Amino acid sequence: MIAIEHLTKSYGKFKALDDISLSFERGQAISLLGPNGSGKTTLIKSILGLVIPEKGTIKINGSEIKTHWEYRSQIGYMPQIGRYPDNMTIGQVINMLKEIRKDCKQYDEELIVSLGISNFLNKTMRSLSGGTRQKVSACLAFLFSPDIFILDEPTAGLDPLSSEVFKDKITKERANGKLILITSHVLSDLEGITSHMVYLQDSKLMFYKTVEELKLSTGEEKLNKVIATIMLKELPKTIHN
Amino acid sequence: MKTIIKYVLLDLLKNKTILVYTVILAALAVSVLNMDNNNSKGLLSLLNITLLFVPIISILFSTIYFFNSVEFTELLLAQPIKRKTMLLAEYTGVAFALSIAYIAGVGIPVSIFCSGLAAFTLLVSGLFLTLIFSALALLIFVLFKDKTKGIGAAIITALFFTLLFDGLLLSFIYSFSDYPIDKPLLGLISLNPVDLGRILVLLQLDVAVMMGYSGALFKKFLGSATGSIYTIACMLFWIIIPLVISVRVFKKKDL
Amino acid sequence: MNSIRAFTLWSVLLCLDVAVCFATTTKVYPAPNSLHYAISNAHKGDTLVLQNGVYKEHDLVIQKKIVITGNGAAIIDAENKFQAFLIYSDSVAIQGLEIRNIGKAGMIDMAGIRIVNAKGVSINNNKLLNNNFAIYLQNASQCNILDNIIHSDFKDEVNGGNGIHAWKSDHLLIKGNTVSGHRDGIYFEFVTDSYITGNVSFSNARYGLHFMFSHDDTYSGNTFKDNGAGVAVMYSHGVIMLDNNFLQNWGEASYGLLLKEITDSKIEHNRFIKNTVGIHMEGTTRVDVLKNLFQDNGWALRVQASCSGSNFTGNNFIGNSFDVATNGTMMLNFFSHNYWDKYDGYDLDKNSIGDVPYYPVSVYSVISEKIPSAMILYHSFLTDIMDKVEKVLPTMIPDKLKDDNPVMKKLKL
Repeated sequence: MIAIEHLTKSYGKFKALDDISLSFERGQAISLLGPNGSGKTTLIKSILGLVIPEKGTIKINGSEIKTHWEYRSQIGYMPQIGRYPDNMTIGQVINMLKEIRKDCKQYDEELIVSLGISNFLNKTMRSLSGGTRQKVSACLAFLFSPDIFILDEPTAGLDPLSSEVFKDKITKERANGKLILITSHVLSDLEGITSHMVYLQDSKLMFYKTVEELKLSTGEEKLNKVIATIMLKELPKTIHN
Repeated sequence: MKTIIKYVLLDLLKNKTILVYTVILAALAVSVLNMDNNNSKGLLSLLNITLLFVPIISILFSTIYFFNSVEFTELLLAQPIKRKTMLLAEYTGVAFALSIAYIAGVGIPVSIFCSGLAAFTLLVSGLFLTLIFSALALLIFVLFKDKTKGIGAAIITALFFTLLFDGLLLSFIYSFSDYPIDKPLLGLISLNPVDLGRILVLLQLDVAVMMGYSGALFKKFLGSATGSIYTIACMLFWIIIPLVISVRVFKKKDL
Repeated sequence: MNSIRAFTLWSVLLCLDVAVCFATTTKVYPAPNSLHYAISNAHKGDTLVLQNGVYKEHDLVIQKKIVITGNGAAIIDAENKFQAFLIYSDSVAIQGLEIRNIGKAGMIDMAGIRIVNAKGVSINNNKLLNNNFAIYLQNASQCNILDNIIHSDFKDEVNGGNGIHAWKSDHLLIKGNTVSGHRDGIYFEFVTDSYITGNVSFSNARYGLHFMFSHDDTYSGNTFKDNGAGVAVMYSHGVIMLDNNFLQNWGEASYGLLLKEITDSKIEHNRFIKNTVGIHMEGTTRVDVLKNLFQDNGWALRVQASCSGSNFTGNNFIGNSFDVATNGTMMLNFFSHNYWDKYDGYDLDKNSIGDVPYYPVSVYSVISEKIPSAMILYHSFLTDIMDKVEKVLPTMIPDKLKDDNPVMKKLKL
């Protein structure tokens, strides 16, 4: 569904992505992992067309995204930081996006109800807490039932209850054959919802494997243990290299 | 595009800064026009207020607004929207909101206290300055990644056009006073929208006579109908060129 | 019987006597050449009373002392080709007539009423409309021109004639006339010892009042308004201007009052309001400018470096764009005890005179005087700041040009 080939991007002298090739398919839930500054956000933004790649191609459903913009109707994006115009209400933001997406007639408003956003539709964005704004971002990502979800640190500001509601929603969408890309620092939150793991370090792809493979190779059950084991093994190598 | 403009406006018309700007403009306009029963003098003071406030407020407010809404812009750009559409819609929304503030703050008092071509020209040139300086703010926004640097650039730009440019112009006039400099002056003045706006209004007021008193030729040209058309064309270019550059840069910008 | 005869004789004698010794009054009716006949048949001292109507007559030469009167509706029409009255005799009076359509073409300056080499002529209460020159005095003396209304629609600065034109005359009294639409409203050349008072001269193509080589004349209580170039006074001495109004002479080459080569004169109690330049002085010597009001002018005063020995005292300067402009760095004129609305000094000793001097020349006015192109920066933020800075650190403005005793409150004039 998404095919990335030899993707390279640098900001001045700093290389953010170095020759990354990946391909993601329907029904996968992929966790993007890596330390700060490893290129996760740049990768996501490249897929969204917010960052223009230097080299390499990104294809979605077989066609290159380069100068096209229509493909983004298939993507639901939830940014890491949700900031909205101060004086707009939640309702207005939702309506605005609905008006922009005139192509979409069916709305998935499940999260609006289950995260309790429907009670605050008249509140202005300025008055909201970070967590509530995060919820609004989540609702917007799911609103148009896209085929691909790109979620950047989705659970960072959510309370445990909302986090669970949200994870259930992801699992459900994955079962519907959607592709889900998540970055998160909270590994425990990814437990049970993720099928594949991509690990980036120093702008390079370290590995892209299924969770099962990783568990087998490390002999660990918990995700954070798995990652810790890998990091212990891999890290010294990369430093020497 | 219309949708984005509509919601940007919805947001901005409730913005406190815009409201304060409107109220201050209105207070200044009413007091200035009330103080002088002489219409022409009131308009002259109002011209000075416009030339001082409109550029700096327009460029600062717009720059800050563009930088503050960068995350929301990203979110919208993740939707199937062209970058050009997004950028121009955002510009239109901000420029429109500031224009409404100017019309409400200055336009309404002016239309109550005075009338005529000079008053109308003052409003036109105030609106032009609003549109020009928000376009420059857009350019600053796409050229700088960092908000602080952007605000710095906005302040410098406003200061340059309201003060420094005229200083350079004066030193030019001074050093080349032995040569026929009226024509080069016309060219140079076109490089500063604030001067263009000032002259456009001054030539409609009776003080215009003083500008041509010693036989300065620029007054003859700028005072003619062709001159007004030329001035307005220059002001239009001052809106269009920053916008075109902004769109080009923005197409290739990494967000 | 005798007594009857004697009475008749006496009566006849009496009648004859009246005809010879006393003036007769003759009514004149409009008819072809009726006025010509009446004038040539009139005797010295006669009065011709013109009845209402249009007299299409011209070149009416008067060579004896007669009075011609009308009640305002007797109209002499020169049909745009000719002149009307030519007065060559002393003590002629023309009153209450309307004289119109004097010819505009030709080599000679055609006039409604021309007075040549005559004394004591009075021209009162006439209406002179659409004439080339209205009243033309040539080598005249002791004439009175009173309460006439003079107007022309022919606005031409080059070819048009003047309203009241006087050349080589003396002891004239020009009072209460209204002149508009001519080239110069009132024009004096080589006219001395005359009074011009209570006239209104407006909307003339060039000057409201224009005089040259005319010494010891007094101008008082006149109003000069909205003339193409204001009022020009040149090459004269002993001029006294009192209590006149110079209003709205606003244009790219307009002056309230233009003084050129004037010596030993006085300008007192006048009002200069809304002129491009209130007073422009060039080559003047000992001209005192006292107790005048300068309000809402572009430049209240332009004093060229060629002026000297003038006192500017007790004037009010209010709302002028520039108070004083000068093209030199020397200043041989003296400013004292004026009120300047732009003065922002203080008066600690409470003697109602400012404790620091006022510099009426702004740095921007110095620059724009040197380089007219600098006017392109008029009303820019920069020039305001320059003037403020200059006030704190004077470097460019002529340092002698200052009022050491600026008055704190507006003077009552």
